[in-house]
Amino acid sequence: MTAASSAAGVDAADISPRGRRLSFSAGLTNWTQNVRAGEIGSLPVALGLAVIAFIFQIQNDRFLSSQNLTNLLVQMAAVATISTGVVFVLLLGEIDLSVGAMSGVAGITAARLLIPDGNQVNVVIALAVAGAIALAVGATHGFFVAKLGVPSLIVTLATLFIGQGVILAIAGQQGLIRIQDKTIIGIANVFLTDGWGWLLAAAMVLGYAALVISADRTTLAQGLTAQSTASMLAKISLVAVMAFGTVAITNSDRGFPLVAVILAVMIIFWTFVAERTRFGRHLYAVGGNAEAANRAGINVDRIRIAGFMIASFMAAAGGIVLASRLRSVDNSAGGGNLLLNAIAAAVIGGTSLFGGRGRISSAVQGALVIASVESGMGLLGWPSDRKFIVTGAILLLAVTIDTLSRRTRQTQGRA
Amino acid sequence: MAEVPLLEARGVSKRFGAVQALYNVDLTLHPGEVLGLVGDNGAGKSTLIKAIAGTYHPDEGEFFFEGRPVRIRSPRDSADLGIEVVYQDLALCDNLTVVQNMFLGREEVNRFHALSEAHMQRRAEETMESLAVTTLSSVKQTVARLSGGQRQSVAVAKAVMWNSKAVILDEPTAALGVAQTRQVLDLVRRLADHGLGVIVISHNLHDLFEVVDRFLVLRLGQSVARFDRDKTSQQEVVEAITAGTLSHVPGQSELEEVVTQ
Repeated sequence: MTAASSAAGVDAADISPRGRRLSFSAGLTNWTQNVRAGEIGSLPVALGLAVIAFIFQIQNDRFLSSQNLTNLLVQMAAVATISTGVVFVLLLGEIDLSVGAMSGVAGITAARLLIPDGNQVNVVIALAVAGAIALAVGATHGFFVAKLGVPSLIVTLATLFIGQGVILAIAGQQGLIRIQDKTIIGIANVFLTDGWGWLLAAAMVLGYAALVISADRTTLAQGLTAQSTASMLAKISLVAVMAFGTVAITNSDRGFPLVAVILAVMIIFWTFVAERTRFGRHLYAVGGNAEAANRAGINVDRIRIAGFMIASFMAAAGGIVLASRLRSVDNSAGGGNLLLNAIAAAVIGGTSLFGGRGRISSAVQGALVIASVESGMGLLGWPSDRKFIVTGAILLLAVTIDTLSRRTRQTQGRA
Repeated sequence: MAEVPLLEARGVSKRFGAVQALYNVDLTLHPGEVLGLVGDNGAGKSTLIKAIAGTYHPDEGEFFFEGRPVRIRSPRDSADLGIEVVYQDLALCDNLTVVQNMFLGREEVNRFHALSEAHMQRRAEETMESLAVTTLSSVKQTVARLSGGQRQSVAVAKAVMWNSKAVILDEPTAALGVAQTRQVLDLVRRLADHGLGVIVISHNLHDLFEVVDRFLVLRLGQSVARFDRDKTSQQEVVEAITAGTLSHVPGQSELEEVVTQ
């Protein structure tokens, strides 16, 4: 902060020995300025979810029931997991069309290895094989895109076809493999007891508060301008309301789903990687301006390859989650609208198709929007035709918002 | 100037196939001075800069840094010596913040391998402060939101924050308006006041006359004239750019004497 700008926003009563605090109102002003400049963050998703909930709730009051909301969490998990990986390739300014097929290959591979015919392997080995295949596929994508310069659209379209072929081959004559392994089934079908649910919410809030406070102390220790105490409290309260609210809702039904815990852990881990590590920073840099990244000494090819590997790996993880929920894998696994939903979720959540902008959490946010709309339309007994049309309209809306906010950012830059 | 030059290039020649891009060029840069490198399009300004930056390998010539002979074989070598180049396209990531751009590729991490954001921000702010860049309201805003002059300032700050001793600016004011040009010229002057050697390439003699101490004029790949800013005029510099006497006429053998002043 320069003297000129901080003078306007520093709350005189709140100045600590070394650093300074921004007043709550000044923080709010900064935020509104950012929004106007096109840095809209999660705002459209929050508004969209409110509108969706309102519309479906007045049509059918079961929409906001604890049973339906718990179902939502379980239903969105697979798409959200796959979409997390999609965010990484979108941040690079690339695309991966094979994530649906990859999830199917992983699901059917694990299912095939776990058929209790006397040759079955340990579940850990089955999962490791599926993961290793995914990493190899991702590395192959990265090699073709980064080293040979083949467009990712075409490389991953090719592996989409190959993946579908592999799924058909493994599914064999019956075309369906039932899953009997308790561990796999447990992923999407175990719910925490009430006590564990509350404990989890408390741990979540405490962990978040600890992060916010330690970041605040570092900021002040460096003599920088920190956010106001009120804005810190507001953020922690928001997380507390969401965590305890979700647990309260799910506890009045079957309990907090285990798969949502797994999803939360994955999101926190990948958010750390994307936003708090050098690799993550370089990923954004490559997506924003690959030439600048290259001149800064970043190994651009290596970052691209790693991004594709993460995408394929998370697709495989999503495939396992889906297999667990359906308790079987058939020859249409990874087909249908799974791929489109996974990409749409990332974009609806606010990750830009143009590279370099977006957050890992956009995968969950977008998946929640898509699952809500599907669940709502299911409750109203709408036929599939209308579901597709509505999902398409929402996607178009999301991409338009992305494009328009991008344009706003650019005009601001020319000021 | 009596002191040891910061950077000295002697007899630099570079040929691309049939084209003699540089012929026997000498360049001297002292600490604390701004050298204007001027010449018409194709005079060899960029080639000379890229030779100093290690992007091109000259066919002949020697480099001296602080009096010691040095070999510059790659951009890494020149960066290690403390030579930074700010190219015309600036090489900034629009989607990253000012701090993130300044530390790109050299991020600081703590013992958990997490980025030390606060410490990097403080160092960025200190650098901006020491260069008296006051046009930036926050180093935490994305570069996409900055004006051309602010971007140039960020690119320069990024170059000088790594203990660099010489900074080369390629057309720093080419795309800027009047007020922003002013900001950048002031910044260039401050770099020299901090003891750095600065080379500025520009077509705009009017801007250069405000900021440089000396001129080096290139014409058809040769150094044809050197001027002190205080002892010359724009007209004299223009004449050297367009009609400076060549020591070596391209396509002919070396007939003439060296006639630079």
